[in-house]
Amino acid sequence: MIPANFNYHKATSVKEAIALSSELGEEAKYMSGGHSLLPMMKLRFATPEHIIDISKIEGLSYIKEDGDMLKIGALTTQTEMEHNTLLKESYPIMGDAIWLTADPSVRNVGTIGGNIAHGDAANDQPALMLAMRANIVAEGADGTKTIPIDEFFHGFYMTALEPSDILTEIQIPKAKKGSGGAYHKVERKVGDYATAGVAVHVELDDSGVCQQVGIGLTNVSAVPMRLERGEELLRGQEITDELIEQVGQIASEDCEPESDLRGSEAYKRSVVNTITKRMLNKALERARQ
Amino acid sequence: MAKHEVTMTINGQSVTAEVDSRLLLVHFIRENLDMTGTHIGCDTSNCGACTILLDGKSVKACTYLTVRADGAEITTIEGLAPEGTNHPLQQAFHDQHGLHCGFCTPGMIMRSVDLLKNNPNPTEEEIRWGISGNLCRCTGYNNIVKSVQQAAKEMAKEKEATV
Repeated sequence: MIPANFNYHKATSVKEAIALSSELGEEAKYMSGGHSLLPMMKLRFATPEHIIDISKIEGLSYIKEDGDMLKIGALTTQTEMEHNTLLKESYPIMGDAIWLTADPSVRNVGTIGGNIAHGDAANDQPALMLAMRANIVAEGADGTKTIPIDEFFHGFYMTALEPSDILTEIQIPKAKKGSGGAYHKVERKVGDYATAGVAVHVELDDSGVCQQVGIGLTNVSAVPMRLERGEELLRGQEITDELIEQVGQIASEDCEPESDLRGSEAYKRSVVNTITKRMLNKALERARQ
Repeated sequence: MAKHEVTMTINGQSVTAEVDSRLLLVHFIRENLDMTGTHIGCDTSNCGACTILLDGKSVKACTYLTVRADGAEITTIEGLAPEGTNHPLQQAFHDQHGLHCGFCTPGMIMRSVDLLKNNPNPTEEEIRWGISGNLCRCTGYNNIVKSVQQAAKEMAKEKEATV
């Protein structure tokens, strides 16, 4: 399969990319790793007139803690994240997810920024970002903006990014004592999109009471979904087995899966229930370490 | 739609060409350069038959634009070992019967080069996860895993001998 023809432009700086995009208009698309966009172009689901290659821009590949935040440059590849010591030691939820995302050769090229900017509820990172309450930093024609994750996903492949905006950085509140997260997805085979996936992040105080909790769901709704009712039930509580059981039930009720070749709606609701409970337990175990 | 001049190093040789924006790297390698060791299987970045090394990392060449490889250093199965000799992975696939029809083999070997570079002594599980983006429909993978294990041992010995 060969994509429809397009004009290729290589940008060497964020500024140059934005200028190109502003000049070329809405028919131009940015490409970072290209492992979501290029397959769609080959299937002719996407037929952009112009591709602006941002993968060669320097300085957008980094993972660091800075002040209260973990900051990840948008062009950081999934492989770089997989082998990063800071993420391995302090953010094990990232390893959970990356291990299950596509396969090693795809992760060599695919970037975290692309995974999020693509706006696909089937991708794994959106659920993690919801759970960890990330901020998305973007640069565009009208300067830099910081978008809270709850305002980022607008619809099926739709995000808060304007056509000329480039997602440059992901900011996640720094891991602290008493916090922990976990992610798992059920997949038909290695590298598949999730049949259903759940990301959980909890923050406990010294007496074990849940101060903050985030639960994000993968591929069971058109838009990456936060399990608000489940979070409300847990916040301010000591998390018991009974509460976990209830949140699992809520997850199965509130998710919006459709029957497809990955399973029936009922099966997916059941999977969401089970993984939600397991990930709550795993996140709690990590938070208590 | 303008053509783009690209220059890259393939198996140690510098290559310059004018290409369309949409030319996929796997087509450039197979059709423009007549190097047909890199295979096209699924054409959807699932099967890994088209795996090559791009700047030392395994990449699926069916999902990479040739224009983006400008300035890159590429290795294909043809360039893995000097003519008439076998890379330890090639030898191991031969010794351990790590192939039946052979269609997945070039991709499987190129992926394994990257795997062993980052993890010279992988467990069986790490090998299976490491080659999870490369599909084989004949062997059931057992002999492929054995091949990678043999190559890991051979490469460790070679490394020791050169120290």
